[in-house]
Amino acid sequence: MHHEITFPTHEATVRALHAGDTVTIQGEIVGIRDATQIRIFDQGQEPPFPLGGAALLHTAPNVRKLADGSYEPMCIGTTTSARMSRFTEGLIRDHGARAIMGKGGLLPEALEPLKAHGGVYLAIVGGAAALETTQIEAIEQVEWEDLMPECLWRFRVRDFGPLIVGMDSHGESLYENVQVEARKRLDESIYARL
Amino acid sequence: MSTMASTDLATAVEDAAAHLYVWALKDIPQDLRDALRDAMGRETHKVGKRILETINTNVSVADEQGNLVCQDTGIAVFYARVGERFPLHPARIEAALREGTRRATLEHPLRSNTVHTLTRKATGDNTGHRIPHIHWEFVPDWDGLDVKCVPKGSGSENMSFLKMLVPADGVKAIKRFVLDSIVGAGGKPCPPGIVGVGIGGSADLAMHLAKEAIARPVGTQNADPDVAALETDLFGLLNDTGVGPMGLGGDTTVLAVHVEQAHTHITLNPVAVNYQCWAARRASAHVSAAGDVDYDREA
Repeated sequence: MHHEITFPTHEATVRALHAGDTVTIQGEIVGIRDATQIRIFDQGQEPPFPLGGAALLHTAPNVRKLADGSYEPMCIGTTTSARMSRFTEGLIRDHGARAIMGKGGLLPEALEPLKAHGGVYLAIVGGAAALETTQIEAIEQVEWEDLMPECLWRFRVRDFGPLIVGMDSHGESLYENVQVEARKRLDESIYARL
Repeated sequence: MSTMASTDLATAVEDAAAHLYVWALKDIPQDLRDALRDAMGRETHKVGKRILETINTNVSVADEQGNLVCQDTGIAVFYARVGERFPLHPARIEAALREGTRRATLEHPLRSNTVHTLTRKATGDNTGHRIPHIHWEFVPDWDGLDVKCVPKGSGSENMSFLKMLVPADGVKAIKRFVLDSIVGAGGKPCPPGIVGVGIGGSADLAMHLAKEAIARPVGTQNADPDVAALETDLFGLLNDTGVGPMGLGGDTTVLAVHVEQAHTHITLNPVAVNYQCWAARRASAHVSAAGDVDYDREA
């Protein structure tokens, strides 16, 4: 099933999503990365703008600073999410974010906080940065510029996607399903053909 | 006979390196485009097909916009084949490749990824201690230079695996290790890509060979028929796992498997896996002794 969602949104919106559904996003998304989340959670600093209802994107964009101090997108892509899995609970439970977007999936332990507090993991097509950049209409706000390029970014997007619901708020993960199926194929037939 | 001064030849190599780095990031080779298009046509899994369609669209958008295919400008890896009579010493070739990388990064500009491993302090120009890394091959009875640039992204490089297997476990253990590595990597290295496998030699040589393997064009086979047979076997086995594009399920887990081998010690059976993402960026140039540069999209 396909869903078109305008972010920020409410818990009920993401609760309606199921693993394997596709999503296109309108509105605003927020860019974060390792250093951004280390500052929020390990160093205990409040984000300069609230993350309630947000869709968060794991990114470190290539940008150009203009004369008026604003930033122009050059190439905006998405990084591997697994290494940022430990921040999931804090993002959903404490800050009220509703979607985490990245590539490769969060580790299985992130399923529990997504379920308990109402969040989803949306998989983007990794490496498809040229296309992703055309879907970013503007960089609306940049905070913590000292962390460049791992700042806290606010992007305005149009038809952002396609995204695939990789992990939903009902305890299902496409990544886990694929791993279980692959292990089964290995054990039941592939190893026997080596 | 060349009359070119070595400083001019060094500049030609430097310019070529700068061009190759940017070109590789924007315009992926035709063999890879064909492989991605074929995979899209064959894929029967709905999500997998959608992902492959998006990948193919992205390649076209990068062409139209003159933008980078992927935002990860990687670590620049160079492969240099130096003729014994090429009139520029490898020490100068190395300096030129390094300077070309630095210049391309600052002039384009490209995102710099290079940091000190312990302090994590950024250098800002994609060069650093022992970076860019250069693979060397020396060719007798020749006066030319071939340079290939492979910007290697971290998502795929983080999915690198080495195991010192037992010789008695043979090729079966090699296949099993490759299968377990790629299934375990799941969607993290941006599949479907090129699986580079290095076998034999020593621990360091096996990984070095795996890195050589990922730089080969899709569709090439190892000249050794036994090694080529292993490539074919692994290709079929890996695509039967169902990991699929981006690890979300499908028929296409890998676009190619390339194996490179070296002889090894009687008690060794090393195997290394180096993954290259679907955005397997690669660009080459041939430099003549006179400093003429021919760019090559297929090498």
